[in-house]
Amino acid sequence: MPDILESKNLQQLIEVLSADGYRVVAPTVRDNAIIYDEIATVADLPKGWTDKQDGGNYRLEKRKDDAFFGYNVGPHSWKKFLHPPVTRLFRAKLEGNGFQVVPEVEETPDFAFFGVRSCELHAIAIHDRVLIDEQFVDPVYQARREKIFTVAVNCGQAGGTCFCVSMNTGPKASFGYDIVLTEVLDGERHYFTVETGSEKGAEVMSKIPLRKAEAEESETAEKIVAETVLQMGRYLDTTGIRDLLIRNYDHPRWDEVASRCLTCANCTMVCPTCFCSTVEDVTDLKGHAAERWRKWDSCFTLDFSYIHGGNVRSSAKSRYRQWMTHKLSAWIDQFETSGCVGCGRCITWCPTGIDITEEVRAIRETEVSD
Amino acid sequence: MKRKPKLAVWKFASCDGCQLSLLACEDELLAVAGQIDIAYFPEASRATVKGKYDLSLVEGSITTPHDVERIQGIRRVSKHLVTIGACATAGGIQALRNFKDVGEFTRIVYARPEYISTLDKSAPISEHVKVDFELHGCPINKHQLLEVISAFMSARKPNIPSHSVCVECKLKGTVCVMAAHGAPCLGPVTRAGCGAICPKFLRGCYGCFGPMETPNTESLSTQWKVLGATDAEIQRTYRGFNACAEAFKKEGLRYDDKETD
Repeated sequence: MPDILESKNLQQLIEVLSADGYRVVAPTVRDNAIIYDEIATVADLPKGWTDKQDGGNYRLEKRKDDAFFGYNVGPHSWKKFLHPPVTRLFRAKLEGNGFQVVPEVEETPDFAFFGVRSCELHAIAIHDRVLIDEQFVDPVYQARREKIFTVAVNCGQAGGTCFCVSMNTGPKASFGYDIVLTEVLDGERHYFTVETGSEKGAEVMSKIPLRKAEAEESETAEKIVAETVLQMGRYLDTTGIRDLLIRNYDHPRWDEVASRCLTCANCTMVCPTCFCSTVEDVTDLKGHAAERWRKWDSCFTLDFSYIHGGNVRSSAKSRYRQWMTHKLSAWIDQFETSGCVGCGRCITWCPTGIDITEEVRAIRETEVSD
Repeated sequence: MKRKPKLAVWKFASCDGCQLSLLACEDELLAVAGQIDIAYFPEASRATVKGKYDLSLVEGSITTPHDVERIQGIRRVSKHLVTIGACATAGGIQALRNFKDVGEFTRIVYARPEYISTLDKSAPISEHVKVDFELHGCPINKHQLLEVISAFMSARKPNIPSHSVCVECKLKGTVCVMAAHGAPCLGPVTRAGCGAICPKFLRGCYGCFGPMETPNTESLSTQWKVLGATDAEIQRTYRGFNACAEAFKKEGLRYDDKETD
């Protein structure tokens, strides 16, 4: 049986995490969207707000209640903290005929992620696989990742572009958290069921006022998450998807989607699993000092696939196809999992509303069989 | 000691804003002056040093027969020629004349139009001479200008992206004004470089840096119409500082037969 945290005591959880030295980062309202940033108190959470999402469309709206987590994922993802958008890798100084490398000494912050959804836990697990578990470890990611404290939240509603059920990544958190909350608004009552997923989590929980849940409270929480399953705004049939996309390399749908694709790279930037970056070397005017910077990059830019002699993916068609087939098909060969967690960000934040679930459906339904 | 490379800054039809970006470098300007012999820069100093110049920065567009001769001469005395700003790279706002009859303008504006010697088109520098690098923007970004000069000093490729403004918004964590506010924004078809200033202030991008590397203007216009923009509004949007940059020109012309005024 889970424990119960009354909503009026949520602030204490933030205080305990802060007292333990964590920088608490959480959803918060900025510029008409719910983004992730450092918060000081529960007042910084998007209490009473929700989001309406569709292809190329995101709107904040007031809820009729005071839910703290009554919305879905926004334009940011936790990758901005674990895999920073821009980071200096090292500096170098001219010395005689050569140069001396000055390694980057970064104070890695201790983040407490507050309000992580199940699809996002899956996205972080994918990054762990790509950036830590493979032959070459990304030290920037690893140093940050090791220190994270994760407060997950089971989704009490699904958004218009959500399809975690299709991807088997939610809406209930099943791993990768220290604490998981389910928010319950039941008439006058407002509480969270709390479960721990780690020793770290249990230690934090021991410092906040909790009581054992009644059977009825636990059932209400379970029911809320079960209802979320039925609310998914999008559906993606993943049956044989790896082979489907490989077989349809020359499907006419790729030309059709390319006519709408802006190659602006928004989908890859908002995707919680896209991890590609570019490296830039800069020098000062005197040529005495140099720096190497890493920045998020995208398979939608021309520079990304520029090799000696030219660009190997010059058309929008080839770039969209590369992105989608990597995400849903080649990723499986490479990392033994799909690269998509069904969060729907690429649909909501595509300026022209290109819908990855719709693209798969179109190819599946109009496939010309041999 | 090694001879310092000689820099020249030239002006054609323009507002001077891009040259000012060099003066606006302030602290960094001293560093530039320490490494480069600023040999010809009338905006900053009347003292001039004769060519040849190692690096010429050219601002402004070609609008008169005299300009045509002058740019040929500048090319001859410049080892490297870099154009700066929307005028030099795309013809600038004054390229709006390219869509109209310049003779008619001069007859309306000037008492003695026969004194006016002008071309019927405002053209980018690259239409007349070979250009080694184009730095876009209206005005250019001073950090990008310093990057181009630093890269030139080290004989390396400048780190100047040609992807969309959207990438800059996302690197900064700026919320998309198009998806979240329904604001028409040229960011998806516009070259990065400004630091995505307008969306940070909840405004759509105006396209000051001209078309990005692979602009799909037609698709963006379709979405603008969904957001409520009229044909005339879309055309006016593309008829800005980069009206004659190829992709923007093409998109603007699509609405020509639909013009109501």
